[in-house]
Amino acid sequence: MNSGLPRWADLGLLPLFNLGLALLVAGVVVVLVGQDPWRVLAALLHGAFGTPRGIGYTLYYATTFIFTGLAVAVAFHAGLFNIGGEGQAILGGIGTGLVGLWLGAWLPAWLLLPLMALGGALAGLAWAAVPGWLQARRGSHIVITTIMFNFLASTLLVWLLVNKLKPAGSMAPESAPLAEAAQLPSLHQALAAFGIEWPASPLNLSLLLALAAALGVYLLLWRTRAGYRLRAVGSSPGAAAYAGIDPKRQTVLAMMIAGALAGLVGMNEIAGVQHKLLLEYVGGAGFTGIAVALMGRNHPLGIVLASVLFGALFQGGAEVAFEVPGFSRDMVVMLQGFIVLFSGAMAYVAAPLLARALRVGRAHG
Amino acid sequence: MQANDEVSLQVAAGSVHAIVGENGAGKSTLMSVLYGFHTADRGTIEVDGRPVQIRNPHEAIALGIGMVHQHFMLVEPFSALDNVLLGAEPHVLLHRAEAELRKRLYALMLSTGLKVDLDATVADLPVGDRQRLEILKALVRGARILILDEPTAVLTPQETETLFGVLERLAAQGTTILLITHKLKEVMRLAKRVTVMRGGRVVHETDVAQTSIEQLAAAMVGRKVAIGRDGMAARRGGEVRLRAAGLACQDALGVPRLQGVSLELRAGQIVGIAGVSGNGQSELLELLAGLRAPEAGTLELAGRRFGAAQWLDPHTARELGLAHVPEDRQARAMVMDFAAWESAALGYEDRADVSSGAGWVQRSALRRATAALMERFDVRPRNAELRCRQFSGGNQQKLVLARELSRGPKVLLVGQPTRGVDIGAIEFIYGQLRQLRDAGCALLVVSSELDEILALADRVLVMHAGRIVGELPVAQCDEQKLGLMMAGEVAA
Amino acid sequence: MDEVLVGTVLASTLRVATPLLLCALAGLLSERAGVIDIGLEGKMLFAAFAAGAAGAALGSTVLAIGLACGVAVLLSWLHGLACVSHRGDQVVSGVAINLIAAGLTMVLGIAWFRQGGQTPPVSDAVRLQPLWPGASEALGPLFGGALLGHDVLVYAALALVPAVWWLLYRTRFGMRLRAVGEKAQMVDAAGVSVPRLRYAALTLNGLLCGLAGSYLVLAQNASFVPHMTAGRGFMALAAMIFGKWHPVGAFWACLLFGFLDAVAIRLQGVALPGIGEVPVAAIQALPYVLTVVLLAGFIGRAVAPAELGRPYVKEH
Repeated sequence: MNSGLPRWADLGLLPLFNLGLALLVAGVVVVLVGQDPWRVLAALLHGAFGTPRGIGYTLYYATTFIFTGLAVAVAFHAGLFNIGGEGQAILGGIGTGLVGLWLGAWLPAWLLLPLMALGGALAGLAWAAVPGWLQARRGSHIVITTIMFNFLASTLLVWLLVNKLKPAGSMAPESAPLAEAAQLPSLHQALAAFGIEWPASPLNLSLLLALAAALGVYLLLWRTRAGYRLRAVGSSPGAAAYAGIDPKRQTVLAMMIAGALAGLVGMNEIAGVQHKLLLEYVGGAGFTGIAVALMGRNHPLGIVLASVLFGALFQGGAEVAFEVPGFSRDMVVMLQGFIVLFSGAMAYVAAPLLARALRVGRAHG
Repeated sequence: MQANDEVSLQVAAGSVHAIVGENGAGKSTLMSVLYGFHTADRGTIEVDGRPVQIRNPHEAIALGIGMVHQHFMLVEPFSALDNVLLGAEPHVLLHRAEAELRKRLYALMLSTGLKVDLDATVADLPVGDRQRLEILKALVRGARILILDEPTAVLTPQETETLFGVLERLAAQGTTILLITHKLKEVMRLAKRVTVMRGGRVVHETDVAQTSIEQLAAAMVGRKVAIGRDGMAARRGGEVRLRAAGLACQDALGVPRLQGVSLELRAGQIVGIAGVSGNGQSELLELLAGLRAPEAGTLELAGRRFGAAQWLDPHTARELGLAHVPEDRQARAMVMDFAAWESAALGYEDRADVSSGAGWVQRSALRRATAALMERFDVRPRNAELRCRQFSGGNQQKLVLARELSRGPKVLLVGQPTRGVDIGAIEFIYGQLRQLRDAGCALLVVSSELDEILALADRVLVMHAGRIVGELPVAQCDEQKLGLMMAGEVAA
Repeated sequence: MDEVLVGTVLASTLRVATPLLLCALAGLLSERAGVIDIGLEGKMLFAAFAAGAAGAALGSTVLAIGLACGVAVLLSWLHGLACVSHRGDQVVSGVAINLIAAGLTMVLGIAWFRQGGQTPPVSDAVRLQPLWPGASEALGPLFGGALLGHDVLVYAALALVPAVWWLLYRTRFGMRLRAVGEKAQMVDAAGVSVPRLRYAALTLNGLLCGLAGSYLVLAQNASFVPHMTAGRGFMALAAMIFGKWHPVGAFWACLLFGFLDAVAIRLQGVALPGIGEVPVAAIQALPYVLTVVLLAGFIGRAVAPAELGRPYVKEH
C-alpha cells in the first residue's frame, strides 16, 4: 500500500490518524450506550499503566501480539495475507507443550526451554508452510486455506487434550502440568533474583524473546539478502522475476517464517503462564496480530508499539470491566475492528485527506 | 508533446480508409479521440456532415462509431451470444433476450459473411473467431463507422483472408471502415484512400490507386536524421558472444509471436532491431534474457548451450555475463518502492560487493557505490535514499543503465533505451552505449524509434510478424528499404 | 434401516444446513460479482443479535427478521464502501466486519439487556414454529418429521436455491453480475455501471445473511448467545467454495456439511466397518479438510470468478 505521503507521515502520522478515527467512532458507541467515554478512557489508561501490576499485564498481552503481529507483517512484505496466525499460534502452543511434557522430566531448564521454543516455532512453521506450499504450487488461495487451517488447529487441540493428554480421571480438557524445568520464569521471579521487587503478573521472560524476534525480523527484512528477495517479490513481482527471484520459493519461505513467529506464542502462554496445555490460550490473538501489523505499518518497531497499545487496551479493558458497570472487554474487540477497518480496508480514504491537510499546512506555514 | 498536431481526416462513406504510420505517429491517439477515450484540445469532428461531441465511448456508440480493439473485451466463460448480448439486452429474461438477439445476429451474419458459433464458449474460440465476435458486437449496436486497430496482428494468413472478405463486403454494404495498420500490403489490397502519419502529423494522403508500396513506405519512414552519427563507421565485430537459432514462441492464446528467429551478437558491435512494436521484439528480448522459455530453439552463451527444454534463467544469464535493460522500466527494471540504492542491487544481490557470504547486505558500501554511480551517470537529484518512483523517467533509466553497465557485461540487451527520457539524457545514454561497445561488449538494442536504431546500430535487423525479414549493415540502410521491410515486404 | 434414526438425522441435517445455505448463497452472490466476502460470520452474528433483541423487545417476528436483514445489509454496504467505492482490501474489510460485529453485539447486548451479552428469550409466539406441527404423527418420522415438519425459513432456504440459480442464469441482471465478476472492464465498456452491480449483489448478500442470523435465534435457539455463530460463517464460505460458486453445488455442499455435523455426535463410540472408530474431531474437521483438498486441486478444480478480490479501477 503506497499512500503517497512522505515517509515520516506514512509511518508515524497515518497510524495515529487512523487510531484517532477508530477511537472517535468507538467513543460514539460508548456514548450511545450511555457511558462517559472520558471516564472509560481514564479508567482504561489507569488500568493499563497506572500500577506496576497493570503494566505487567499490559506487557504480557503485548508479548503475544508482537509474535502474531510479526507473523502477519513478514507475510505482508512478501505480498501475502496471513490470516492463519490464530491456527499457527495454537500449533505453537501444542509444539511447546508437547516438548515440555515429553522431555520435562529429563532435561534441565537451560536446555529444555530453548527446545520448547524450537518445538513451538517448528509446529507453527509447519502449519503455515502447508497453505504456503498450496498457494505456490497449486494456486490455492492462501486466505481460504489459512482460515480452514485455523479451524483445523482448534479441532486438533480439542482432540489432543480430550483424547490424548488429559490425565486419567480428570474432567477438564487440560494436560498434566509441566515440570518445573519446563516453566519459563516470570519477570517478577527473575527480578526477585536480582533483589528487585515487582508485583506478580503473567509477564514473563518471553517478552525478551518477543523483542529479540522483532529485532530479528528487522534484521532479516532490511539487512539480509534473504529479506531483500522477500521484499522484492512482495513489492514488485515483475521486477523480482527479472532479477531471477523465484516467487514460489519466497511464498513458502515467508509463510514458514511467519508461522514460526506465531508459533512462539506458545512460549508466552504455555511455558510462561499456563504451565500446561489447555484450550483457549490464543483467544483471538491471531486477529489482533492483523490489527497490530496494520497499525504498525508492517515495521517491527511499529508492531512493538502497536502491541503495547493493544496490550494496554486489553488490560485496561479488563480493569474498566470491573469498575464501570455495563462495560465489557468486547469494546476492545470492537475498537480493534474499527482500527482494522480504518488502517486496513479504508487506508486509501484517510491517506489522501491527510496528504491534503499536510500540504495545506505547509502552504500556510 | 503533441500527439496529434492539426490532423485533418476526411473519410468517404462506405469505403475503407487506411491510416498508416510507425509507433508514436499518432494514429492510436487519433482513434482514441474518435472513440471518446480522449478529448481533442482543438478541432471539430463531423459525422455525416453534422458536428458532434464525443466525450466517452457510449456517445461514440450512439453516433454509430464502433471500435475493434487489439485486446478483446470478452468474458471467457460466457458464450459468444452472451458476450454480444451484454449491455444491449432487449429483455430482462435471458432466454427471450437471447432468442431475439439470435435472430438479429443470424441476419447480420448472413449479410456480412461473418461466421461465429454463437453457442460456443469464448474460451474455446480461436483468435480469428473472437475478432469476428468483436466486429459483430459493434455492428449489432448499429455501428456504421468501424475502426479496426491493427486487426491482423493476431491472425493467421487464412484468418486474415477471411477478415478481408468480411471487410470488403461490409464496405460494399455502406459501412465506413477505418483501418489502422502498418502492413502496407493490406492497405494496397483493401483501402481506397490512405493517410500517412508521422510524428503526430499527416504527412501524406492519397488514393491508393495512385500510389505504390514503395512510395508509402518512404512516406511512413521519412528522412531520418541520425543523432550524433556524423558518419561514424560501423564496427565489424569480433567473436560471437551470443548465438540464437530457430527461436519460436507463442502467447497465451496460442498465437505465434516468434517464428524461426536466429541471430548472432558479436563483441564490439551493436545490433539494432527495428520494426513496429508488437512484431515479436519484446518476446525476443524476454527469451534472450531468460524471462521466458521458447517453444523451440537454442541459445549459445559463454560456451554454454541452452535448449527449449532447459532454457536460460535470469540468474544464470547474469552469471554468464549477460545484462538486460528491460523495456518495461516500472514493472521490471526496478522496484518502484525501493530506494535507489536498493534497486541498484536488483539481480545482483548475491554478488560479493552487495552481500557477504553469510547473507548480510553491505548497506554502506552499496550506498556509496550507488552515489558514485549517480555521479558518473549524472542522475538527479543526487540522493540515493529516494524511492525509485520519485525520480523522473530519464533518471530512472539512467539508474537502470548505471546498474547494468557497471557490472561490465559481455552481452547487453537493451529495450527502448530512451523511452520517456528527456533530450539531454538521450545523448548521454547513447554515449554510454557506444563506450560499452568500444570496450568490447556485444549489444542488442530494440527500439521502436527508427532514428535511434540508425544512430546506434552497426548492423540493423528488421522484424515483422515474428520473423527477421531483413538484415543490413547500417551504411546500406535507407528509408525505402527499411520501410518496406518493416511493413512486411521484400527481404533485403 | 431404522426409520426413526434416518428421520432424525435427516431432520438434523436440514436444520444445520439452513443457516449455512443462506450464508453460502449470500457469499456466492457477492463473490460472483467479484467481491470477496470473509465477513459472512460477522453479518450473520449481528443479524442474530438484531433478531434476538428485536424479537424480545418488540415482540414481532416480522420486525425481528426485518431488522436482522437491515443490519446485515448495512454491514454489507460498509464492506462495499470500503472495497467498491474506495478500492480497499476486501479480505481486510471482511476481517474488520467480523471483529466489529463480535465486539459491538456484546457491547450493545450488555448495555441493553445486562445479561452478560445474552438477549432475553424470545417468546414462542415470536419464534418460528414448524409449519405443520402434526407432520410427524401423520406421516411418520421420515416424511413427516424430517421433510415436512420444518419452519418457514428452512423451506425458504431450499426455495432460494433455484431462485438464486434462476436469478444468476436466467435474468439480465444475473448475467451482468456474473460478467462483472469475470471481466469488469468489459461490463464498463458496454455501458453498465460496475459499482451499481456490485452494490446490488452486496444488498442481496446482506438480506440473505439477515435471514441466516434470524434463523439462529428465531428457530434454533430462543435468544442470542455471545459468539453463537461459532464459525458457521466460515463453514458457509467453505461450502460455497466446495460448491464451486454455484447455487446447486453450494446446496449439496451445505447438505453434506450439515450431514457430517448431524452424524458426528452419533458416531461417537461406533465402529464403522473397515475404518474402526472415527473420532468426533475427525468428522468435525472433515468439511475444512475437504475444502482444502478441493482448493489444492486434488478432487477437481475450483475456479474462482476471475475478478475476485480485484478492485475495479477505471482506465482511460
